[in-house]
Amino acid sequence: MNQVRRILLVSLALAAAAVGSVRAQETAPQDGIESAALDIVPPGPPCALTVRDYLEHSDSGDKIEIEWGLSPDDGSGAGDVTGYVLSRSLAEGEVGDVLEEIASGATHYVDVSVEPGVEYYYSLEAYDGTNSSERVWAGPVAGRVNLFQWSRLSVLVLMLLFFAMVTWFTAAAGKGAKLFVRRIPGLNAIEEAVGRATEMGRPVLYVPGIGEIDNIMTIASLNILSHVAKITARYDTPLIVPTARAVVMSAAEEVVKQAYAEVGNPDAYNPDNIRYLSDAQFAFAGAVNGIMLREKPAANLYMGAFWAESLLLAETGFEAGAIQVAGTAMVSQLPFFVTACDFTLMGEELYAASAYLSREPKLLGGLKGSDWMKVVSIVLMVAGIVAHIVGLEWFVAWFQTQ
Amino acid sequence: MRREIPLAITFLVGMFMLVDFFVPHHAVSSAAAEMKQWGTIVIAASILLGVGNLIRVHYKKISRKQEGWGYSIVTMSVMAIMLFFGGPWGTIQEGSAFNWMFLNVQVPLQSTMFSLLAFFIASAAYRAFRLRSVESSMLLISAIIVMLGRVPLGQLLTRGLPEQATLPWLTEMIMAYPNMAAFRGILMGAALGVMAMGLRVILGIERSYLGGDK
Repeated sequence: MNQVRRILLVSLALAAAAVGSVRAQETAPQDGIESAALDIVPPGPPCALTVRDYLEHSDSGDKIEIEWGLSPDDGSGAGDVTGYVLSRSLAEGEVGDVLEEIASGATHYVDVSVEPGVEYYYSLEAYDGTNSSERVWAGPVAGRVNLFQWSRLSVLVLMLLFFAMVTWFTAAAGKGAKLFVRRIPGLNAIEEAVGRATEMGRPVLYVPGIGEIDNIMTIASLNILSHVAKITARYDTPLIVPTARAVVMSAAEEVVKQAYAEVGNPDAYNPDNIRYLSDAQFAFAGAVNGIMLREKPAANLYMGAFWAESLLLAETGFEAGAIQVAGTAMVSQLPFFVTACDFTLMGEELYAASAYLSREPKLLGGLKGSDWMKVVSIVLMVAGIVAHIVGLEWFVAWFQTQ
Repeated sequence: MRREIPLAITFLVGMFMLVDFFVPHHAVSSAAAEMKQWGTIVIAASILLGVGNLIRVHYKKISRKQEGWGYSIVTMSVMAIMLFFGGPWGTIQEGSAFNWMFLNVQVPLQSTMFSLLAFFIASAAYRAFRLRSVESSMLLISAIIVMLGRVPLGQLLTRGLPEQATLPWLTEMIMAYPNMAAFRGILMGAALGVMAMGLRVILGIERSYLGGDK
């Protein structure tokens, strides 16, 4: 009997609990429903919406800057603003397309998709996830095209100063002023290397890098090639120029051919020695290494833009026993060339080579101008450090281009 | 005229690109973008010149049976095969014969060449780090510090020492000061060299790249 009573009691207790649970569900509304039902008050609208042409960075008229004050319910008041909806239209009073949904707390936005000169109207409303505030309007505003990028004024001033110095030194050199240029052993070694190849009766290999023709290092390299070709033409030594770019090959053909003609030995020019190998970096490196091992040039000259293939070339040349001179402004490749080559032209020396080798006054003027610009740069750097220390931030800021 | 026209084109295009740097007007930037696109198209089209050169050089080599002419046959055959499959059936489509050969022949071959670099670095480093002079000794010592400081072993070796005596700290000092100073010095010199060279080319003072000075 006791057992039966116990079972009845447990059953009653479970039934009571079940009924209580159902009632609780009936009376307690779900959280979401409760808040949706209760929040019928829209948030306060954002205030002081202003729109203006974006000026800070002297843009091309394709940007409008928009600013506003926070809704009274954003961060304070009801504190339920979850974001703002910014719309743009071409006519006053029209809502237009939604431009951006901006998170709460923001008071600034730059529209980067405007057509220069076209007038736009902007509207902004705050929303709390359920309700949107009254819409506030601003406009019309148009992106104005700027004719000068004022943030780059410092670059222009320094560039003009540099150009003035180059022009001045060029003119001075033209009038016969003696311009001192320090000795660059790497460039002196080029003639030695070609001479050695001539003595050994073996060709000279000139690699103008793997840069495209629009790379200034390639242009500098072609200038040096012109001088090298004149020397090989004079000595009647074969000159092999493997290239990785078809346009560079075409330019190299012209440069070498012209150099042979200028020296008066056009018959010695062999067009088959200016070779296009491959655009692929390592296929090119493999092909040049093949030339080094099969045709055994006595002098290898690497001038121009090189990447990871630099050491593959220079080490193979070293193993083959050739005298090697390299020149590049690729700082990351310089250690490889320094290690594997007899002489290396570093950075600016590559650009100075043409002037140094030809000793033409006009070119030497450019070189001298660069040297003086370096002095100006060092002075400005020291001045910038001092200005920063003493708090003259405007001086430092003037040189910032972004 | 053969020299004047290229010089005039160089001057006009060079000056226009300079103007583009300073004038944000969309008319200038869009014209500059158009010009750059022309450059890309000209460069892409020039591949025909390269192919022509390749065929000429290797054909002569094969016909005269010059030394290494066997390699020329391989080069020409491979080029013909790639052209044959790339033309009618496409180049980058997945599953195409061209794409298969590119991925399974050219890419592994290039990777092999690239991986050879590890051995070349080892032999070059051996020569560079030999104790021959004060400078090479400094290079050797710096290299040892930097190499050890960048691996866990370096940290382990100097564990327990004051921070300024640990290998990772010394590595950072070497990289951040003497190394960076030299790096920036070369970069600045190169940047000025580029500007001077650019000016010489735009103004037509430097004209060797057009084929001779005259």
